[in-house]
Amino acid sequence: MFSTEEYERYSRHLLLPEVGEAGQNKLKNASVCIVGAGGLGSPALYYLAAAGIGRLGIVDFDTVDRTNLHRQILHATPDIGRPKLDSAHEKLAAMNPNVRLELHRTRITSQNAFEILGGYDIILDGTDNFATRYLLNDACVLLHKPLVYGSIFRFEGQVTVFDAARDPKSPCYRCFYPTPPPPELIPNCAEAGVLGVLPGIIGSLQAAEALKLILGIGQPLIGRFMLFDALAMRFSEIRIPKNKNCPVCGEHPTVTELIDYDEFCTPQSSSPSHIHELEPAELRELLATRTILLIDVREPWEHAQSHIEGSRLIPLGTLAEHTHALDASQEIVLYCASGGRSAKALHLLNERGFSNVKHLRGGIRAWFNQA
Amino acid sequence: MTITLRFFALGRELVGASELRYVFDHPTVTVSDVVQRLKSEYAVLEQLPSFLVAVNSEYGMNDTALYDGDELAIIPPVSGG
Repeated sequence: MFSTEEYERYSRHLLLPEVGEAGQNKLKNASVCIVGAGGLGSPALYYLAAAGIGRLGIVDFDTVDRTNLHRQILHATPDIGRPKLDSAHEKLAAMNPNVRLELHRTRITSQNAFEILGGYDIILDGTDNFATRYLLNDACVLLHKPLVYGSIFRFEGQVTVFDAARDPKSPCYRCFYPTPPPPELIPNCAEAGVLGVLPGIIGSLQAAEALKLILGIGQPLIGRFMLFDALAMRFSEIRIPKNKNCPVCGEHPTVTELIDYDEFCTPQSSSPSHIHELEPAELRELLATRTILLIDVREPWEHAQSHIEGSRLIPLGTLAEHTHALDASQEIVLYCASGGRSAKALHLLNERGFSNVKHLRGGIRAWFNQA
Repeated sequence: MTITLRFFALGRELVGASELRYVFDHPTVTVSDVVQRLKSEYAVLEQLPSFLVAVNSEYGMNDTALYDGDELAIIPPVSGG
């Protein structure tokens, strides 16, 4: 069943009565799909690979950025600019060559979610945005797959397990957060900052829960929403029941198939942000022909490093308080590092009556790449 | 009765405090009463379409009755990874 190498490698697992040879064999025959090879995905992938999970799926489309390195420990300085999947593959294959790594080089969408996730026993959420988190929740409910959830903000983390197949009285994410918040309100790591070790703690908890589910040992975090506060160094826990009015797992579900969550997470009143996107070449042409107000919505330290000439710095977090000083009829173009924050800024300005606003597709990274 | 409110994540930012204490004169107070008072004092919380309310570590429904000394946790969703 196991090679000599495997007996030696997993010997400290085999010594545990709760794991043993039978348990280690369960791990070998199991498959886990980790969506996102970033802050949470890094420790989760390392520990699941080390533990000898037979098949690990990794879904990611991003490349390694220097700003990732303080928390995304799968990736190192020489990996900057490489696809995260390649960097992850290299590290994990070296860590444990017995594990079969399946690389899904794509953004997970309503079109491919069933196909990708359907091939795995357990799904682990290591994503960094609400659109994908709601998509994973709905897909896992509809596929009857366990979802190991983890999420972080500055010094705080949230962890739980959704698995209605194991416990029919247990909730899904939408039982207590039925609708996602508007995108401009919720800052991500790039905007809010995050303590580097925090995803290490939360991602490791997710890995532990995934292993317990496979082994069938202990008390999984099903129906228990665990909160972690690194500043207080305190874990707290809330018991969450299933909500019979839940839009996806309730008695009369309104979500019966996967919908376009990017639209769903966008305020209903405004049109999708991609309509208001400018390519770098289009912005160059615009700057050469007309006077526009070009706004950098990044942080001051990012602006100080490099910016597009002639742009004015108004960080996203302070934009709301600056709108009264801006001319609502003026043509405005917003940009940030890669297009996420500028899309939020665009929604914010649209909501305050600014109609002539566009933002730079791909942000300053695309601007300099296409120079 | 006195109710302690504890704020998490963005709730802490929006309210500008990690803890508040509310005193109510009337004897019957529900989660919904506290949330309404909170939203009237911090209109910015209206921006959150859903947040989780826990009463002494149990899931709080709108009509959950509160008692003197109860602790309410206001927990917005977070999305970082």
